[in-house]
Amino acid sequence: MRLLIKNGRLIDPANSIDQIRDILVEDNKIAKIAKNIPAEAQKIIDATGKIVMPGIVDMHVHLREPGREDKETVASGTKAALRGGVTSVLAMPNTSPAIDCLENVKLLKKIIDKTASANVFIAGAITKERLGKELTDALSFKKEGVLAISDDGASVDSDELMLEALTKAKKQAILVICHCEDNLLSNHGVVNLGFVSTRLGLRGIPKEAEYKRVQRDIQLAAKTKAAIHIAHVSCKESVEIIAKAKKKGIKVTAETAPHYFALDEEALLDYDTNMKMNPPLRSKDDAAAIKEGLKDGTIDVIASDHAPHTENEKEIEFERAEFGAIGLETELALSIKELVNTGLLSWSDLARKMCLNPAVILGIKKGKLNVGSDADIIVVSPDTEWIVKKEDFLSKSKNSPFIGRKLKGVVEYTICNGKIAYENGICC
Amino acid sequence: MVWTRKDLLGLEDLNREEIEFILATAESFKEVTTREIKKVPALRGKTVVNLFYEPSTRTRVSFEIAAKRLSADVINIASETSSVRKGETLIDTGKNIEALKVDIIVVRHNYSGAAAMLARHVNVSVVNAGDGWHEHPTQALLDIFTLQEKVGRLEGLNVSIVGDIAHSRVARSNIWGLTKLGVKVIVCAPQMLIPPGIEQMGVAVTNNIDEALSRADAVNVLRMQFERDEENAFPCQLEYFKNFGITKERLEKAKKNIVIMHPGPINRGIEISSEIADCPNSAILEQVTNGIAVRMAVLFLVSQAGDKNETPN
Repeated sequence: MRLLIKNGRLIDPANSIDQIRDILVEDNKIAKIAKNIPAEAQKIIDATGKIVMPGIVDMHVHLREPGREDKETVASGTKAALRGGVTSVLAMPNTSPAIDCLENVKLLKKIIDKTASANVFIAGAITKERLGKELTDALSFKKEGVLAISDDGASVDSDELMLEALTKAKKQAILVICHCEDNLLSNHGVVNLGFVSTRLGLRGIPKEAEYKRVQRDIQLAAKTKAAIHIAHVSCKESVEIIAKAKKKGIKVTAETAPHYFALDEEALLDYDTNMKMNPPLRSKDDAAAIKEGLKDGTIDVIASDHAPHTENEKEIEFERAEFGAIGLETELALSIKELVNTGLLSWSDLARKMCLNPAVILGIKKGKLNVGSDADIIVVSPDTEWIVKKEDFLSKSKNSPFIGRKLKGVVEYTICNGKIAYENGICC
Repeated sequence: MVWTRKDLLGLEDLNREEIEFILATAESFKEVTTREIKKVPALRGKTVVNLFYEPSTRTRVSFEIAAKRLSADVINIASETSSVRKGETLIDTGKNIEALKVDIIVVRHNYSGAAAMLARHVNVSVVNAGDGWHEHPTQALLDIFTLQEKVGRLEGLNVSIVGDIAHSRVARSNIWGLTKLGVKVIVCAPQMLIPPGIEQMGVAVTNNIDEALSRADAVNVLRMQFERDEENAFPCQLEYFKNFGITKERLEKAKKNIVIMHPGPINRGIEISSEIADCPNSAILEQVTNGIAVRMAVLFLVSQAGDKNETPN
């Protein structure tokens, strides 16, 4: 089938394009990018006044399958992705069972083949059962197409074991995604340590719990020359440490999630459990530093850290509620609102953070609009306002901290592998 | 003023006028407690449920007596934390109690924010009898009531709160209440027990007990729960008493009429010496007595607001 997207403002940082262009899709690939391509196609999308950009590559997503299908499945999570303009996700391995052996990788691949509506890539665990005790056989995963390893949700506490993991990862040329948290320091905390934790009478998580572990992982990366990626950066000190490491030429990349720049700890003042995540929402100062880090390039990637939880796990006492928030369906609009509309990032910068950089970091041929490449394209109406509503989420879980918020920027079409997979509110 | 709040969840939420209104209402109820027949029909036909997820005798009994003196029927439900973990959620428990057509739920819970959460999910009045480290508004109200009674005024007084500030709901509620009423508050503890950013609540901080006592019109001595030091933040008992204990020697340098308060139960020889606990400056037992009047006022006011919220048939 031939699909033609006409007159859109094409944003493609890989090819330094920010211009009005038509884009023709043929046989699931991008066939042509030019001005005024003749309107001969089965389907023509008039993208006048719209942004046309690569499908988002979200490298931090919890699809919860296998094991917690009550929270999310590959099917529901990828539909949510499409609504958010996300055509590729990296599924985190903290499932039940964890993706810590070849057998489980194969099991997940089967589920993906059968049920995914978007591209799902797999991250395997660093340690067996993510317990931080014994390394997994990451090489065997890599042969099965696993792109990275991570114990996300947990940090490998032992310096020795992390060193060994990175030494091996270097040899096997596999990316290590670091969840940076020193559990002794976070000490069962539930919100950022500071005035808000004091006011609410809740146990606080100091920023040291994050940035000291960022520091350690960077030191080990420098020593081993392994490539590491720091997940969900939430505080100023982490940004500073990463910036220094990059200057020294250490192979480190970093990501943040929209809630770390769109919200701060004051959102917690009425004990809203949808605002409870790990790392926790930090101070206004930290949120500003995250934005600065995105602007100056210290933070390479925006990813959702989509973490679905059921209402039963959230509508309880704050201290007992699960950590995490869904984000696939709001990450683009939040980033537009907080970063593009404020003049902090250009559309090309945004596409770099959400599409190109994660694809490059993961080593996949996504995130760009090259002729001949997979047609993962989104058409975004940048000025359309919408209100985040619980009932509109395609994710199985509704734990969004942004319910009720007015956002700007709606995904009208998500084209995944050359097919219109999502069109104005409906997954096709 | 007209009272409009159906719940009392914390003193952070209240303004000065509201706090003063509760204190004034408590004063008229205090008169009732001096009568030979200590009962008024204000809450006749109403039911108060004391829903306690933490062991408590004094607060529970105080609320029970307060409700009974208002002629309400009182039901006590004591639930251990473990059964909460295993079974029914707080919201479900609250809704079930509501379905029994009660009027007020007095809730004590070990989790901060639990009273507010319950209040969001039920229409009946909720009174917070202590939630985690967060707030214990009726305790602070009775502390403030006692202070006002002893000194005759509040504005411009200096009050020091000494002890485990970090984990104390009594401290937080006192800070909100006192600062709103124009009282200058100093918190005093070993640095490990001072929570970060507490200054932003409008208090001064010191680690020196003599400094805390030097200008104080009253000192509120918190119970040191050595048995619950989960974070190993506490010094040893002897060291604590040596450096922070309220003793006769220390008070010799303080104002002569300094009011000694304590939310109880007191640990003699740990945070306060026996002779000070029993000395004429001690208002500890008056606090207990005043607790009834203050809780009568709170139950009465929230039930009035609750009545107005009901839709007519």
